[in-house]
Amino acid sequence: MTLLYSDVEEELRSAVRRLLDERSPWTAVLARVGGAEAYDPALWRALATDVGCAGLAVPEKLNGSGASWREAAVVAEELGRAVAPVPHLGAAMATAALLAAVDDGAPDGLLAAVAAGDTTAVLVLPLATPPATPVPATVTAAHGAVTGVVTGVADALAADLLVVPTVDGLWAVDAADARLVARTTLDLTRRLCDVAFDSAPARPLAGTDTVAPCWRAALRVGAVLLAAEQVGVAAWCLDATVAHLKVRHQFGRPVGAYQGLKHRLAELWVAITQARAAARYAAGCVTDGDPDAPVAVAVAQAHCSPVAVRAAEECVQMHGGVGFTWEHPAHLYLKRAKSAAIALGTAQRHRAALAALVDLPG
Amino acid sequence: MDAPELRDRVRRFLADHDAAGDRLAFLRARFDAGLAWVAFPEGLGGLGAPRALQPEVDDAFAAAGAPDNEPLRIGIGLGMAAPTILRHGSDAQRERFLRPLWTGEEVWCQLFSEPGAGSDLAALATRAVRNGDDWTVTGQKVWTSMAHEARWGILIARTDPDVPKHRGITYFVCDMRAPGVEVRPLRQITGEAEFNEVFLTDVRLPDTLRLGEVGDGWRVARTTLMNERVAIGGGAAPRESGMIGVVASTWRARPELRTSGQHDALMRLWVAAEVARLAGQRLREQLAAGQPGAEGSAAKFAYARLNQEISGFELELLGDEGLYYDDWTMRRPSIVDWQYRSPGYRYLRAKGNSIEGGTSEILANIIAERVLGLPPEIRVDVDVPWKELPR
Repeated sequence: MTLLYSDVEEELRSAVRRLLDERSPWTAVLARVGGAEAYDPALWRALATDVGCAGLAVPEKLNGSGASWREAAVVAEELGRAVAPVPHLGAAMATAALLAAVDDGAPDGLLAAVAAGDTTAVLVLPLATPPATPVPATVTAAHGAVTGVVTGVADALAADLLVVPTVDGLWAVDAADARLVARTTLDLTRRLCDVAFDSAPARPLAGTDTVAPCWRAALRVGAVLLAAEQVGVAAWCLDATVAHLKVRHQFGRPVGAYQGLKHRLAELWVAITQARAAARYAAGCVTDGDPDAPVAVAVAQAHCSPVAVRAAEECVQMHGGVGFTWEHPAHLYLKRAKSAAIALGTAQRHRAALAALVDLPG
Repeated sequence: MDAPELRDRVRRFLADHDAAGDRLAFLRARFDAGLAWVAFPEGLGGLGAPRALQPEVDDAFAAAGAPDNEPLRIGIGLGMAAPTILRHGSDAQRERFLRPLWTGEEVWCQLFSEPGAGSDLAALATRAVRNGDDWTVTGQKVWTSMAHEARWGILIARTDPDVPKHRGITYFVCDMRAPGVEVRPLRQITGEAEFNEVFLTDVRLPDTLRLGEVGDGWRVARTTLMNERVAIGGGAAPRESGMIGVVASTWRARPELRTSGQHDALMRLWVAAEVARLAGQRLREQLAAGQPGAEGSAAKFAYARLNQEISGFELELLGDEGLYYDDWTMRRPSIVDWQYRSPGYRYLRAKGNSIEGGTSEILANIIAERVLGLPPEIRVDVDVPWKELPR
């Protein structure tokens, strides 16, 4: 397994970055967070359909591009770099669950629509769900309908279709049949909502025996993409800070000439270098079905979460007064980084999960 | 030269040579077959093959039970002298030095640091004065590992004090058996003397031992230093190798030591060790495609901190046992065997990791300036003739 990026991945990165630079510069992101529509549906359509991001990990025979989660992780990195307001994470987790369900014999029509970007399906789970959590019992299914409430769900506000795990199955529910209540969130670019189902019509995707593997696959893929996203967030913060420190002068010198700042940024660069290696390794393991995947994912999350937070905090601090203002994009990254550090389990939760995996009991 | 062809060559070599026979004869034959360092040119122990193929070759020889060249004992030769000789040496020098260096017949040491020139290595004061075909070298070097066993040393000395410091340096190979070379052990905080002080008094070196042009020694030395940082920080390693493996074993074997606070601290260190390992793996993949750059500094920087944190944690984990020390006897070891020493030794020895091969502070400057492109430190001495610098 290589930890480097392939030429194909670099091409994909360029295509995504070009699109984001054009359609979603930070000024546009900042303008959007004040408005009514949190997500950018046109941007998501362009990414999902035109660039083909929705179907990267889906086999060609199911209408996907037959690439893998490695390529999807490259996309996640770029989306993190741009704090792009698109439902990539929630959609990818739904795709991972659907792929596992299809492996178990579920009909594949829905997956084909998702891969084409025609349907945006989002997995319904609390974003803060820690690793190794069993399928929650907050929603129950009976007679082809689901009932219950799930709080703090990411990306559901942008979904056409909700993929709902219950202890006895995996269900597809039209978003129009659920009640979505938007919450005011710390992260302005990945919105959360509470999702309530009141005997909402539900089509079965997986049964009692197969929902658990679907759930685990989704959590694992989510953690891999989140780690990649955190690498992107951290890299943007470092680049922006370095650029600022080269031009900002105080006491007659560029402030980047002072060791008090230089050394902190050097350390941050080292940490990001390690984060990239860890995130690449996790993406590779999940793609290859490597038995080391659980360890790789826990390591990636335990390391990348705090690195992204540190990068964003340093970005705010080293921009000085302007870094604390609404007009500067640093706060978008800080809010994303801190939320992402809680999403799918904090670093401490992942360290605890890791301890069990590598036989270091507490 | 691709992987299958190389694999075939190794197989044929092993079929033709007795791995259980004479050790030195086997190593010399391996060198002559181009299977020593495969990325080196043909005739100099290599086949001009990609660097990335080296681990596979080494693994194949190890699997066949072949003797190795004790890489830990000759690390300075392999990691620093050899790449420098290859890049800057004459044909005669490559012919003369590389084979016995690789087989371990001749041990090398590094005569760079001086009492007055540590981080500011280019300010070094050891003088080399030309007399016809010879040079006369006088000065003092410190932190010289293996000097007491070395046949040769890579030496930088001042040949022109009238020009700014970087320009008046020349690179030599020092004959450690020449009259006037005196090696004295330098005792460290661990109690042993892994390093030496080397006093050079009117040491005569023939001009044929000069490496590179007169006055070009700083540029030559940069090859050595870049390779040193890669050698220190970028080695191939399986998970839980190094100090974290020692601590993890202790944790598993001794449940009575565990506390909940220490558990998360241990897991933090475990993660830190694992991501450093993965970054090292990624760095090696990058190096396989090119030359060592400033990224090697990052690996060395991370390794130093990691060792210090883990060894500090280990002592506290052990509680009262951490109050003891195995042995303060002054020794002169050939290999740093921290695995087999007490935790206190590991703690103390790791303090050297952020000093040797470039302090962590200097490495942070290198990363900030060469990788991130931040403004350089103020350097008041670069345009001043060396002899006018305050010392």
